[in-house]
Amino acid sequence: MQSDPENHDPEKQMDSTVFQKQTFPDQQGHFGPYGGRYVGETLMPALIELDLAYQHFSQTRSFQDELKELLHHYVGRPTPLFYAKRLSQFVNGASLFLKREDLAHTGAHKINNTIGQALLAKKMGKTKLIAETGAGQHGVATATVAAFFGMECKIFMGSEDIQRQAPNVKRMQLLGAQVISVDSGTRTLKDAMNEAMRYWVGAVEDTFYVIGSVAGPHPYPVMVRNFQKIIGEETKLQMIEQTGRLPNMLIACVGGGSNAMGLFYPFINDPVELIGVEAAGFGIETGKHAATLGHGTTGVLHGSKSYVLQNQWGQISEAHSISAGLDYPGVGPEHALLKDTKRATYVSIDDHKALEAFRLICLKEGIIPAMESAHAIAYALEAAKDKSYNYHIVVNLSGRGDKDLGILFKGEQSILG
Amino acid sequence: MNRIEQTFIKLNQKREKALVGFITAGDPDIQTSLAIILEMCKAGLDILELGIPFSDPTSDGPVIQRSSLRALNKGANLSTIFELCATVRKHYDVPIVLFSYYNPMFVYGITPFYHEAIQSGADGVLIVDLPPEESGELTQGWPDDKLSIIRLVAPTTPNERMTQIVSAASGFIYLVSKTGVTGSDGLQTSVIEQNVIKLKSLTQLPICVGFGISTVEQVRQVSELADGIVIGSAFERLIETNLDDPNLPKLIGDQTAEFKKATLA
Repeated sequence: MQSDPENHDPEKQMDSTVFQKQTFPDQQGHFGPYGGRYVGETLMPALIELDLAYQHFSQTRSFQDELKELLHHYVGRPTPLFYAKRLSQFVNGASLFLKREDLAHTGAHKINNTIGQALLAKKMGKTKLIAETGAGQHGVATATVAAFFGMECKIFMGSEDIQRQAPNVKRMQLLGAQVISVDSGTRTLKDAMNEAMRYWVGAVEDTFYVIGSVAGPHPYPVMVRNFQKIIGEETKLQMIEQTGRLPNMLIACVGGGSNAMGLFYPFINDPVELIGVEAAGFGIETGKHAATLGHGTTGVLHGSKSYVLQNQWGQISEAHSISAGLDYPGVGPEHALLKDTKRATYVSIDDHKALEAFRLICLKEGIIPAMESAHAIAYALEAAKDKSYNYHIVVNLSGRGDKDLGILFKGEQSILG
Repeated sequence: MNRIEQTFIKLNQKREKALVGFITAGDPDIQTSLAIILEMCKAGLDILELGIPFSDPTSDGPVIQRSSLRALNKGANLSTIFELCATVRKHYDVPIVLFSYYNPMFVYGITPFYHEAIQSGADGVLIVDLPPEESGELTQGWPDDKLSIIRLVAPTTPNERMTQIVSAASGFIYLVSKTGVTGSDGLQTSVIEQNVIKLKSLTQLPICVGFGISTVEQVRQVSELADGIVIGSAFERLIETNLDDPNLPKLIGDQTAEFKKATLA
């Protein structure tokens, strides 16, 4: 009785050369068979308005200049790209470079997107911002730009995430945002997004929904990717400046997938290997993981078609990861297309390996990474092993790890051992 | 002519408005759900909206979220729901509209879903998160148009878009009474009236109003404006507060009769 759209969908036959011939998404937000807009009618007019406003303003000189100015003087861009010498010596293989998004204002790449969306909200005359958050980094980045632009702000956060990312809750409150605890479902990012969408349905006329990843209905996946692609653009220039050539491989963690998409996109037609690292949680075999691209199936969640973790009846499964930012059973639709066309490869790293990498980079480079980014580093350590030093790998260090101290130290006990 | 059309013609002749009742299939369990539906039909329900529970119902308020969870926890799935639908069909001629989020249908398979729905006696579908823009996949996968596709129009829908939506609709138009999720408070009859008038100028299809209608008085008010009234959260709330009452099906039946009375001119 189960249908298998994968076998007879001609678009699934596309290969990686498709990106040289056409750009994605199409007018309706489709990345091949993925993406689109699957929302209730109340929200459709708002999404159409947002799409038109985004297309219009993002092309204007004044918007681009203002955004550039803010990214430079407020966010602190460009962020450094840095050769991780001791880490590279330790693995004794490929050379590892770190893109330091943890050094952006608020401590993660999330602000690249929130400042763009808030500027757009201002141009559209919206006075209130709402957002969902998992690890709290997107919530903090949204609360920050709301304060900066003088807007009201509500952040929806699962009650489980509120517990494990307590410092970020305090930061959002200091920045004047109201943090709304979400008790439904799994009490994590998925449910925070459900609740933010429900709230938006009732407040759509004056409220701008700042989605934090390359997920959600069109135009969010393309808009968020375009606000985040500055990561890859800078990386390209910095690698050429520092090494005289393009890197061989890019590695980034993937929850919804915004830091990965931002890093990958400017390299999409370059001879560079793209690796997305999902969370394997307790281990793929336990079923408690968040490896949506690796082990999910096609479905519709949060307004777009992509890979999702679900049961045979199309009910969404619970994801698991030590990292709240990766603990999500969906993924951005453009990643689904990158996977099917084999332009990018998706792998997974479990909680244990992520913790090991976390500890290693603290000690070898003096950098406390976000637990999300530690997944990317863990895979980079594996990938670097059998390669020579002139193989260059860039890892997106998407955020800093201060927010994770609560889960790492329970009382006096450290789970790092 | 399918059962939905026939029902509206009959109601029109009797000068009645349609009482459309939404029930989450399998809440609190499949057997009780069937008993509830049969009592509702007996009490004069005009159209049954059979809700297919989904784990992430983003258009629904807390009452229907909890009812979906109860149904899923008791193992409701499309296979048991089609059986439920077929059993109702054996007893009553009431039109049945399957109300769903897109994902459970999509994962089941668009074409198998169509055949199973027809076979179990369903008359239409209402897919809350499938706008006309994304419907191509569905209509291309369906062999004919025996299943009506009921479309939603919201207070935020601009005029040109209304035209586009009604041209892709069949059965009836579901007018969302207000911006908000199901079961939220506050009914603005003036807004409903304006939108009904607009829609009437665009389509011959009957217009049913839903979201946030929960009292007999509200049913009476909306009956003066539209062709039908959809009640969902009010029934589900009653289920939720009487879960342990062996008389639960009868309670819902009595409430249905109350609402039905308010739809008579």
